[in-house]
Amino acid sequence: MFQAFLLKYAEIGVKGKNRYVFEDALVSHVKKHLRRITGEFKVSKINGRIFVEGTGFDFDETIDALQHVFGVIGISPVEVLESREKDDILRSAVEYVAANYEKRDFSFKVDTRRADKKYPMTSMEMDAAVGEVILNAFPELHVDVHNPQELIHLEIREKIYIYSKTVKGAGGLPLGTNGRALLLLSGGIDSPVAGYMVSRRGVELDAVYFNAPPYTSDRAKQKVIDLAREVSKWTGRINLHVINFTDIQLYIYEKCPHDELTIIMRRYMMRIAEHIARENDLLGLITGESIGQVASQTMKSLFCTDDACTLPVYRPLIGFDKQDIIDISEKLGTYETSILPYEDCCTIFVAKHPVTKPNLNIIKASEKNLAEKIDELFATAIDTDEVIVIEDGNVKTE
Amino acid sequence: MEIYLDNSATTKLSPGALELMTKIFMEDYGNTSSMHSKGFDAEKHIRAAKENFAKILKCSANEILFTSGGTESNNTAIIGTALHYGSRGHHMVTTAIEHAAVSAPMKFLESRGWEIDRLSVDSEGRINLSELESLLRDDTVLVSVMHVNNEIGTVEPIEEIGALIHEKCPNCLFHVDDIQGFGKIALYPKKLHIDLLSASSHKLHGPKGVGLLYIDERAHISPIILGGGHQNGMRSGTENVPGVAGFSFAASEVYSNIDENYKRIEALRADFINKISDIPDISVNGSAEHHSPYILSLTVKDVRAEVLLHALEGREIYVSAGSACSSNHPSVSSTLKAVNVPKYALDSTIRLSFSVSTTAEELDAAADALHSVVPTLRKFTRK
Repeated sequence: MFQAFLLKYAEIGVKGKNRYVFEDALVSHVKKHLRRITGEFKVSKINGRIFVEGTGFDFDETIDALQHVFGVIGISPVEVLESREKDDILRSAVEYVAANYEKRDFSFKVDTRRADKKYPMTSMEMDAAVGEVILNAFPELHVDVHNPQELIHLEIREKIYIYSKTVKGAGGLPLGTNGRALLLLSGGIDSPVAGYMVSRRGVELDAVYFNAPPYTSDRAKQKVIDLAREVSKWTGRINLHVINFTDIQLYIYEKCPHDELTIIMRRYMMRIAEHIARENDLLGLITGESIGQVASQTMKSLFCTDDACTLPVYRPLIGFDKQDIIDISEKLGTYETSILPYEDCCTIFVAKHPVTKPNLNIIKASEKNLAEKIDELFATAIDTDEVIVIEDGNVKTE
Repeated sequence: MEIYLDNSATTKLSPGALELMTKIFMEDYGNTSSMHSKGFDAEKHIRAAKENFAKILKCSANEILFTSGGTESNNTAIIGTALHYGSRGHHMVTTAIEHAAVSAPMKFLESRGWEIDRLSVDSEGRINLSELESLLRDDTVLVSVMHVNNEIGTVEPIEEIGALIHEKCPNCLFHVDDIQGFGKIALYPKKLHIDLLSASSHKLHGPKGVGLLYIDERAHISPIILGGGHQNGMRSGTENVPGVAGFSFAASEVYSNIDENYKRIEALRADFINKISDIPDISVNGSAEHHSPYILSLTVKDVRAEVLLHALEGREIYVSAGSACSSNHPSVSSTLKAVNVPKYALDSTIRLSFSVSTTAEELDAAADALHSVVPTLRKFTRK
C-alpha cells in the first residue's frame, strides 16, 4: 500500500554553501543502494528531503536498503493518492489511519503542506477537514495541536501524499563527503565496528589485514574477507590489503624480549599501514582499540603504538565498553563472523604476561635489535600486498 | 605435487565411478518408483549395487539399506533400534571413543531417559571384554562399537564382542560403525554376530552423500525417515541412483584387492614411522598390534598441530589435526582424552590417513617435510 518513501537528513541541512555536495552524494547513494534490490525507483530532492517513489518493490527489503544509507536519519513510508478530489482525500485519510494503527486511542494532529498553492483549499482548511473526518470515524482519538502523539502529514503536490510514521535511518553523513581512511581489520569484534563508526561520518574505507601463514589459516583470511563484505554493505567499495606478516613477527620473536612482542608487532603493523595509506592517498588510520581492553590497549601501550606513525589514528571505540561494541556489531551483521574461532596473528605468540606499561625508550631500544634485517623484511612484506576489492557485500576480484 | 594424506576425512572420486555416474545422471536418470522403463532402468542399478554389497558382506541383498552417508546409517541404527525395542528395555552400551555420529545420537537418547553405558579403553584405545560383559543386562537392546577408530586407527575386537553378546545377551543387537574399516579390513557380519553395520562411500573413493546400513534380516528396527515408503519403507526418499552405483563401483575396486592393499599400506606406514623416528619427541598413538594401516596418529611435542598442518599445507601436503583445536575454543578430542595421552598431546597431534592411492614417493616427501618443518616450528613456540 505504500508507494513511496520520504527520507530525512539532519546535519546536511546546516552545511551552508556545501549543502548541495552532501545532498547530491546522498541522492546518488540512495540510488546505488536501491539498484541492489528488486523494483523500479525514482529518487528526487524536494525541500530538504529526498523522495523515493517506486513500483514493484518489496516493502521490508526497501526499508532495509534505505537503512544502509549513511546520512539518512529517518525513513517515512508514504501513501500516494492519485485523486486530488477533497472527498477522496478525506476517505483515504480515514483508511490510512485504519490500516496503520491497530490501537486507535492516541492524540493526533494533521499537518498539511501545500506545495501547489493553486489547490482550492488552504492548509488550515485541509487540517480541519481531515482532522474532523478522522475524529468522526474513530471517536476514541482526540486532537492535540501542541503535543500530539501522532503527526499525520498531508502534502499537496501533483499528487497527494500521506505519511505519519518514521523508521530510524543509519544517521551520519553521506559516504564520500569526507575522504578515505585505512582500517586495520583483524578478524575480531572491534575493528569492523570501528570502520563502520568512522565511515558513518562520510569516510570511505580501505582495509589492511595482517596474515601469518602457517600460524594462521586460509579460513582466518576468509573470515576477514567475510567481515569486509559485511562492512562494505554500509561503507561501499573497500580495497582490502592482505600483507604477509609472518617473517617480521618471527624476527621480532627472535630478537626482542618476549613480553614486548605484541607491542613491537603492533608498532610494525602501524608502520606498514601508514606506508599503504600514504601510497594510496588515504588520510588516516582506523583501529578498534578501546582503552584498557587488553594489555596492548592500555594508555601506555597506545602511547607506544601511536608513536610509530605520523598519520592521524582514529579510534572511534576508545571509550566504549565491550558490550557496547558487541551491540553495534550485531546490528552491523559482523558479530557472528567475528566470533568464529580462528587464530589471528595477534594471538599466536602472545606472551603469558605481556607488558602492560611499556616504556617507549625501552621499546625503542629493543627495536634496535632488529636493525640488521628489518628494512628488508618490511619491504618484502609490502611486496606481498594482495589487494582484494570488495563492493556491496561481494568480492570483485581476488 | 599435491600429497593428500587426509583420506579418513574423505577421498578423491574414482574415475571409473565418475564415468558410471555421469552415464546414469545423463541417461538412466529415471526415478526408481516410476512405472515406465526409465524408472526400471534406474532400479536395475540399485539392484545391482545391492547384490554387489551382499557379495562383499556375504549377506543377502535385502539386508542392504542405502542412506545419505555414514552419519545417517549410524543414526538409523541407534535411533531405529531405540524406536523399535524401546518396550523391551532402555539400555545401550557404547564406547568412550565413538565418532560423533554415534555418540551424539546416544546422548540424545540419554536426554530422553535412556541409560547409556560407555566402555572405557586402554592406552591403545581398545575396549575391555570383561567390562562389556559386566555391563550387559536383560534390558540391554543395543551394543554399538566402532570397528576402526577414526582418530588413532585402533581396531576393536569385533569378533570377540560379537561372540560375547551372542552368548550372554542374545536378544541384544550389535551395531558396528565400520566407516573407517569398510573397504580396508573386511568384516563379515553374519559370521561375527553383527546385526547392524554402517559404511560410507566417500571414504573409499566413492561419491559423497551415500552410505549403507547392513540390517540383519532378523533384526527389526524402525525407520527414522518417513515418506513415500522407498526401500521397503525403511528409508523414504527418492534413491540416489548415481551415488549408489558410484559407491558400489568404488567398493568393488577396493575389495578386489583388499588384502594386497592392506599389506602394501602396512609396509608404507611402517617405513614412514621408521623414517621419522630420528625426529626427537614424536610418538605414534594407538595400538602397535591392533591398528588399521590406513591411519597414523602422531604427537609432535612442542608444535601446535594447527600450525604444523598449515606448514605442511604450504608444501601441498594435506593432513588433519588430531583434534580440531584452537586456543580460543578448545574442542578436545574424546579419543585422545580416553587413551590418556599427556595433556600437551591434545594440541600437538596430527593424523595422516592413507588410501589405496597413497604411494611410497608421497610418504617419502611427507617424511622429508616433517624433518625440515618440525625443527623450524619448534624454534617459535608460545612462551
